[in-house]
Amino acid sequence: MALDRRTFFRGAAAAGAAAAVGTVPADARERREAPADARGMLYDTTRCIGCKACVVACKQANSLPADTRTEGMATWDAPTALNDRTKNIIQLYKGEGRRSYVKRQCMHCIDPACVGACMIGALRKREYGVVTWDKSRCIGCRYCQMVCPFNVPKFEWNDANPYIIKCEFCKDRPGDKKFVPACCEVCPRQAVIEGPYRELLAEAKRRLAEHPDRYVPHVYGEKELGGTQVLYLSHVPFEKLGFEYSHEEPVPELQQTVQHGIYRGFVAPAALYALLGAVMIRNRRRNAAAGAEEEES
Amino acid sequence: MSARAEPVGGRLMTLPFRILSMFAILGAVLIAWRMVVGLGPATGLSDSYPWGLWISFDVVTGTALGCGGYAVAILLYILNRGRYHALIRPAILTSALGYSLAAVAILIDVGRPWFIWRIPLGGFPDMGSYNWNSALLEVALCVMAYVAVLWIELSPAFFEKWQAEGRRKPRLAALSRRALPIVKKAMLWIVALGVLLPTMHQSSLGALMLLTGPKLHPLWNTPWLPLLFLISCVTMGYGVVVIESALSSRFFRRRAETSMLGSLYGAAALAIALLLALRFVDIAVSGKLGLLFAPRWVTLAFWAEVLLVAVPALLWLKPANRSDITVLFRGAMMILLAGALYRFDTYLVAFDPGVHASYFPTVPEILVTVGIIAFELLAYLWLVKRFPILSGAPARTAEA
Repeated sequence: MALDRRTFFRGAAAAGAAAAVGTVPADARERREAPADARGMLYDTTRCIGCKACVVACKQANSLPADTRTEGMATWDAPTALNDRTKNIIQLYKGEGRRSYVKRQCMHCIDPACVGACMIGALRKREYGVVTWDKSRCIGCRYCQMVCPFNVPKFEWNDANPYIIKCEFCKDRPGDKKFVPACCEVCPRQAVIEGPYRELLAEAKRRLAEHPDRYVPHVYGEKELGGTQVLYLSHVPFEKLGFEYSHEEPVPELQQTVQHGIYRGFVAPAALYALLGAVMIRNRRRNAAAGAEEEES
Repeated sequence: MSARAEPVGGRLMTLPFRILSMFAILGAVLIAWRMVVGLGPATGLSDSYPWGLWISFDVVTGTALGCGGYAVAILLYILNRGRYHALIRPAILTSALGYSLAAVAILIDVGRPWFIWRIPLGGFPDMGSYNWNSALLEVALCVMAYVAVLWIELSPAFFEKWQAEGRRKPRLAALSRRALPIVKKAMLWIVALGVLLPTMHQSSLGALMLLTGPKLHPLWNTPWLPLLFLISCVTMGYGVVVIESALSSRFFRRRAETSMLGSLYGAAALAIALLLALRFVDIAVSGKLGLLFAPRWVTLAFWAEVLLVAVPALLWLKPANRSDITVLFRGAMMILLAGALYRFDTYLVAFDPGVHASYFPTVPEILVTVGIIAFELLAYLWLVKRFPILSGAPARTAEA
């Protein structure tokens, strides 16, 4: 390949110009909204007393085994975080002279990263906008774990038939308890309540308006990461409770914009294939002609 | 002179072959053990770091090392540089082995491999349960198709050999006699697929990590990730070809083709210039320049990627270096290392789950990777010695 310094540096300059000018395609994918029948939860740290009745209720409703692995707590079911036996957890923040409990479970995002990631549709938003996992489809690739900004999906690492473990809004409770979260049923202080998403959002805003001195003036989950169906009110800053990300862009937005920009209608790959074929046919003819000429001469 | 491809011949069970076999067998045993006990006991993976050595290295880096076939196919069939003809079969072989074993690594890594067959079968029995938004689906389908394409592209080497052995294996010979003309007729469209498919999935491997969003370090997180992965793959493809050609010359005592390799290297150098320009301008335009000197370990990783690829490109600028096989070889090694590091970093080092967690592969995890690489080398040696893959100056009795 005839290559010299000039071509080299020209190529570099061209790429630099392309990068400076290039931006993400303007027609980014539309922001999603919560489905009309969306249900969710509202958790209020000012009401939570850390009794963990919700943790127990979740375990019972989901038939999860006790987690006795915590150091020094071998006779207690005492998980310290979400894991392969725990779909719901209460954690404690202590610092700067303040304390707060925080309930962590799946956020049931309006535009979930995990749903965008799962190639075989094992994770989907189903009834009420609840994000569920389907054991008859999952191949255990764990891409969902890589992409979830809340690190929610957990994996049964020590099982030869491993499941993804995460809150599914009690989708498997029998009878009329289906999709009625056990954690919300048992809370003695109504620190976590469930109901239609839009009503919960309105209730959260009402509480902020009525008692502005009690809360950080923000509903976490209203806008963050495209919005989540589990909403939080807190008396300490949300980052302290472990909510790292505050940007509004849903996780799948950039990747899907880039991906669809390239693959829309499969036009680009088909066109490239046709081009490659055409170039090779032309080359074959040229080589045959050159070969014939050589023979003649 | 254009010698035909020929089996290298010679003894198969040499000492290196025996040592590699030991590692391959050990790897196989550990894989069986992992299937029984689960990923937890066998690996250092955790909920914070669900992807580790097997994905970041065996799959993502392994497929890039298998980009030799892609690179030479472009040179030979698209850019019509006939002088590289001798490189195509060994390059396709390396790619076929690399991609096939990357597929094996995926089968070992996924936690529920019994459902993997759903992917090529449209999600059967829930037809259409594909998620077309998922970059991982694109990678999976594309890699599966590409593995098939690579072995079909290589099949003439098998058919030629089996035809030549007509009397000893009459059924294989008959099959080859019928199959070879069909494959040759379709070869143009197969090769076109062999250029289209890696273009798609190598860029999708970049898009894959875009979805991790805020968990990916800003120096790696850019909308240009798919293009950067593609260019990086091209550079690695040329690097693999240079190394493979140089090593085969050495091992099988053939003449090194320095002028051909020198010009190949030049194509890699151009791609490197594009890669670096794209990365740095994007970092500058996004206001991330400050991160370039942040006192973190990841900063070192970034500069390692950059320097390992910049130095060979600069080396090439000097004409004397372009015909020195040692310089070419070392430069190619650095390019490969840079590309491997780029992928490894994107998938592991630059990934921050945001909790206090760490990951390091366990000994069994590492030994499985070593075993897979050993198996790849074993297969390469066997195929190159018994089938017409390599061509060039005839070998004396070779020992390798």
